[in-house]
Amino acid sequence: MNRIKSILLILMAMCMPLHLLAAEGNGEEKSIDIPEIVLHHLSDAYEWHIAGDVSIPLPIILRSSATGEWTFCTEKSLPGNFFFDETHHGKIYEKMPDGSTKRPLDLSITKAVCQIWIVAIILIAVFLGVSRWYKKHDSTSEAPKGFVGAMEMLVMYIHDDVIKACVGEKHYKRYAPYLLTVFFFILVTNLLGLLPIFPGGANVTGNINITFFLALCTMLLVNINKEYWKEIFWPEVPLFLKAYPAPLIPVIEVVGIFTKPFALMVRLFANMMAGHAIILSFTCVIFLGWTMGVGMGLGLNLFSAIMLLFMNCVELLVAFVQAYVFTLLSAVFIGLAHPEHHEA
Amino acid sequence: MDLQNLPAILTPDLGLLFWMLLAFLVIFFVLAKFGFPVITKMVEERKAYIDDSLKKAHEANEKLANIQQEGENLLKEARERQQQILSEAAQTRDAIVEQAQSKAREESSRIITEAKAQIEAEKQNAIADIRKQVAELSVQVAEKVLRKQLSTDAAQMQYVDKLLDEVSSNVQ
Repeated sequence: MNRIKSILLILMAMCMPLHLLAAEGNGEEKSIDIPEIVLHHLSDAYEWHIAGDVSIPLPIILRSSATGEWTFCTEKSLPGNFFFDETHHGKIYEKMPDGSTKRPLDLSITKAVCQIWIVAIILIAVFLGVSRWYKKHDSTSEAPKGFVGAMEMLVMYIHDDVIKACVGEKHYKRYAPYLLTVFFFILVTNLLGLLPIFPGGANVTGNINITFFLALCTMLLVNINKEYWKEIFWPEVPLFLKAYPAPLIPVIEVVGIFTKPFALMVRLFANMMAGHAIILSFTCVIFLGWTMGVGMGLGLNLFSAIMLLFMNCVELLVAFVQAYVFTLLSAVFIGLAHPEHHEA
Repeated sequence: MDLQNLPAILTPDLGLLFWMLLAFLVIFFVLAKFGFPVITKMVEERKAYIDDSLKKAHEANEKLANIQQEGENLLKEARERQQQILSEAAQTRDAIVEQAQSKAREESSRIITEAKAQIEAEKQNAIADIRKQVAELSVQVAEKVLRKQLSTDAAQMQYVDKLLDEVSSNVQ
């Protein structure tokens, strides 16, 4: 009971419009532009902001379009011919000799890239650790417990219930590693994205580049398949549907080649981006509450704190569901591209 | 429309794509080589082992039932055989006893007849012996009697007559 009381007290204190007191010192009041803050937090950055003025500088790697020289530096030590273009989300642009500006080849380790490598390290560490257990133990004498058991359960759940079921018994072995990698990559990235501080917090799966890449991989895997192309251009339908007067079905199928991965790309992007945006917005509402009076502010802040808690729980679920859905749909598309489904 | 003017998260970014490709390929190759196959292979091996063990357990159960059945059968057979052997032994015993008895009977009767024959023969011998001795004795007695009494012719003649009479009376 005592603990609940103290937690409530801390929450109350956190929700208090302390900003009013701080503002008195500053003497000026900035209005809060929520969309701008949210978009800023969602976008990539050349540093990893932690709190206040503390941030981890990340390496910037540029290839000048004018001279072709490579530049390695941090945000602070950017050479003079480059600048952060605020009209283009603070991306680095290069001043060309003729006065125009141009985007150089920018291979910087940005926040998102850094996050991706953290995910890579986590995934590799986790799965090499898990497979070490299997190498040390006899498969016939012992089943894993604890963390290894949980990972095995998750892997086998995706492997058996999603991949084997959707791709089909005959071909699933070829696609299983890719689909499992995609699942765990998205899952870990989503979960890390929910952490508010350093090892996580970057919006990676809510960035269209990432989902574009994943959808492209799936599209390539679906389409590299001879049987499937015959199905597209010469499907087993009446002649008037595929040749004369118009090749209706082939046209639909060709459009489908692109709509399927497009849907995958947009679904993951929109879901993760929206989740992050909602959480960030509720966080901003707390700051907004500070600018209002004590009564209004306290009520609003309590409400957003509860909503924040709720949204974070929902996002935990969404993190899993989106990884699952992406893997499931990829598996279904790959499965549909194999003709054994027609016979079944 | 300039793509660079979209919100930052919708902006194509070559650098991000490049690193994503690199990182994803690294993850993919490491996990596809050392991660997932190890896990799935082990789980499938374990699954196969469990299925196999279950099958073997079923087979063992069946075998056990068979063995029990066989044991009972063997026991039954053994009992029957015992019965049979016992009855055969009894028969043999009876037959042997029977045979021995008949043989003994034969032997005894043979011994008896032989003994009888021998006794008869002995008896005949004895009788013949006695007869011979009696004849000799009677001849000797008769000689002695005759030597003493028939010293005279008259008496001799008288005696011969008497004997002749007796013999003739005997003949008659």
